[in-house]
Amino acid sequence: MNNVFVYCEIESGKVADVSLELLTKGRVLANTLGCNLEALAIGHNLDGIEKELAPYGADVVHVADAPELAPFRTLPHAAIICGLFKEEKPQIALFGASPVGRDLAPRVSSALHSGLTADCTSLEIGDHTDAKSGTTYTNLLYQIRPAFGGNIIATIINPDHRPQMATVREGVMKKEVAKTPGKGIVKKIDASKYLNDTDFVVRIIDRQIEERKINIKSAPVIVAGGYGMGSKENFAILHELAEVLGGEVGASRAAVDAGMTDHARQVGQTGVTVRPKLYIACGISGQIQHTAGMDGSSMVISINTDPNAPINKIADYAIVGDVMEVVPKMIKYYKQNSK
Amino acid sequence: MKKTLKIVVLAKQVPDTRNVGKDAMKADGTVNRAALPAIFNPEDLNALEQALVLKDMFPGSEVTLLTMGPGRAAEIIREAMFRGADGGVLLSDRKFAGSDTLATSYALSRAILKLNPDIIVAGRQAIDGDTAQVGPQVAEKLGWPQITYAEEIVGTEGDELIIKRRLEHGVETVACPLPLLMTVNASAPDCRPRHAKRVMKYKYAKTASEAQEASTDYDDTLRKERPYLNITEWSVADVDADDAQLGLAGSPTKVKKIENVVFAAKEAKRLSASDSDIDSLMKELIASHTLG
Ligand SMILES: Cc1cc2nc3c(=O)[nH]c(=O)nc-3n(C[C@H](O)[C@H](O)[C@H](O)COP(=O)(O)OP(=O)(O)OC[C@H]3O[C@@H](n4cnc5c(N)ncnc54)[C@H](O)[C@@H]3O)c2cc1C
Ligand SMILES: Cc1cc2nc3c(=O)[nH]c(=O)nc-3n(C[C@H](O)[C@H](O)[C@H](O)COP(=O)(O)OP(=O)(O)OC[C@H]3O[C@@H](n4cnc5c(N)ncnc54)[C@H](O)[C@@H]3O)c2cc1C
Repeated sequence: MNNVFVYCEIESGKVADVSLELLTKGRVLANTLGCNLEALAIGHNLDGIEKELAPYGADVVHVADAPELAPFRTLPHAAIICGLFKEEKPQIALFGASPVGRDLAPRVSSALHSGLTADCTSLEIGDHTDAKSGTTYTNLLYQIRPAFGGNIIATIINPDHRPQMATVREGVMKKEVAKTPGKGIVKKIDASKYLNDTDFVVRIIDRQIEERKINIKSAPVIVAGGYGMGSKENFAILHELAEVLGGEVGASRAAVDAGMTDHARQVGQTGVTVRPKLYIACGISGQIQHTAGMDGSSMVISINTDPNAPINKIADYAIVGDVMEVVPKMIKYYKQNSK
Repeated sequence: MKKTLKIVVLAKQVPDTRNVGKDAMKADGTVNRAALPAIFNPEDLNALEQALVLKDMFPGSEVTLLTMGPGRAAEIIREAMFRGADGGVLLSDRKFAGSDTLATSYALSRAILKLNPDIIVAGRQAIDGDTAQVGPQVAEKLGWPQITYAEEIVGTEGDELIIKRRLEHGVETVACPLPLLMTVNASAPDCRPRHAKRVMKYKYAKTASEAQEASTDYDDTLRKERPYLNITEWSVADVDADDAQLGLAGSPTKVKKIENVVFAAKEAKRLSASDSDIDSLMKELIASHTLG
């Protein structure tokens, strides 16, 4: 009762990074609150799944395993979660702000009338005194999120309803093995208790999921190209710099839309959130939708012909110049100096 | 499958948060929200297009735009009519103010029950609240299945609609009988443009409140002769909603604090493209262990 729950996304037997990131965060929250961290795994062929979740701090792993539960469909997963939550009464429930989480969590929050905060960038425990009634609430979840296209940051609370539900995007929280692993005690869910035939009205006819090959999220250095790169061919120089520096190539949406590179490399509000040690923005103007995905970088270097490009406002170093001139020099001088 | 469908499109009028120009910035570097132009939420235009595609597939179907908002939100109803919608409903009442997504979904679901559609088409996400929660929550309130991130209505198979969804790393095609709610992704086709004849026909369409304000003999007669110029306006009482589930009181989530993001002018170190500048930069990065 009153524990912290994390819904774990599983695609072809593999737990999504975002779920492990949430377990890492959930562990910290549970420690602060002095309660358990419980993971929820719904799908098929989940034998041994607790071994993947316990290292990140899961004390208990609730497992619903049946062929009709994979691949993910909203209604059966929502029905199981609602049923379980009514019995377990979690105080906090976290979901990935992924296509699955953003489809599922609102449905669950509506059914439980519990409130849901989308796309949190920070989760903290704190107290609150209601200005009108004077009532004081202790140990609430502060759900901190950007809204208004990133122009404001709101702290949202759910004083009176449980569970306090939030979604968090992939890459926003750190994924870290817990100092002391959780016990990973498996509790089998009897899913048939919660499911009706009507939960299966949506039939999946066809599914084409590509394995994600490009993973810029964990790269320590990101060399990102924007529309100012001019062409797909010019992007090659960024790959060269990234390789020399031990990093990956990222991109702005304008560059992706122009077909200069793959969508998987897109950084920003509708791409991935990254926070490398070093972010080199090449021919990127620095619109808020882009910077929202990279302003947590430890250091930012911009290369732009426009000395007044907005990206320079968040850059540590602003190189005013043509990318095609600057990038080759960076490669040359890095090689010279690193020997 | 029915021959004709009653289709409701959910749409929201939003401040254009995408390109915040200089005139919308306050002196302290924060955004002056009131100065942003009010627009048709972009993905709701994608939703309208899918509704019109359905109407093309099922001739004789009726597309109604439903929006909850202040009086001026009637603008997007007219816009939808110019592009092919048959009419619209403005859900407007002070009691809706301060609603979170759950209270919004409840209010919308009350209006939907009154409209009694076969299918609801919503946008995936609004660009101001940015939650993408309203679609799934409306579906839950109605007890209907939801098909999120829809990109294309592929066709029908018996009693089922076949819909292609865009996922993070691929696509999924699903089949589902009506009634259903779908939310449409930005990757779906753009909305067809305004149609000149429809603009002529509907440009004087108004809600009762707007008509009252603009009342002239000419306008009043026009409205009597052409009932399609009357945009329906509903209040809380009209949709028989429970006050306790609306507005701030009906919202489980409370905004504790709002901070404006200040685009602080942190001073960047300015460098040129010269060999010496780039050489010393690379030396600095190596010395500070940022690289290597
Ligand atoms: C700073 C801030 C943060 C907020 N954070 C949260 C939060 O985390 N959780 C929460 O529950 N609420 C939150 N809200 C409240 C929320 O923005 C409002 O409830 C809003 O009315 C609906 O949410 P949305 O804009 O996110 O819409 P979305 O859920 O993104 O909209 C999805 C689709 O639903 C339909 N739709 C949405 N609103 C309407 C409408 N008024 N009329 C017709 N159709 C509509 C449209 O088709 C739209 O494309 C926040 C508000 C602010 C100002
Ligand atoms: C809902 C929504 C979501 C979005 N999500 C994202 C997102 O996730 N990620 C994202 O990136 N964008 C996103 N965008 C788009 C975003 O608003 C910008 O349009 C985009 O980031 C601009 O990309 P850019 O900086 O590459 O292009 P531009 O703004 O065109 O900038 C090009 C820059 O290159 C410079 N330049 C030109 N030539 C050279 C040269 N030879 N050498 C050096 N510099 C040069 C120019 O001075 C300019 O500053 C989103 C927009 C919306 C509305």
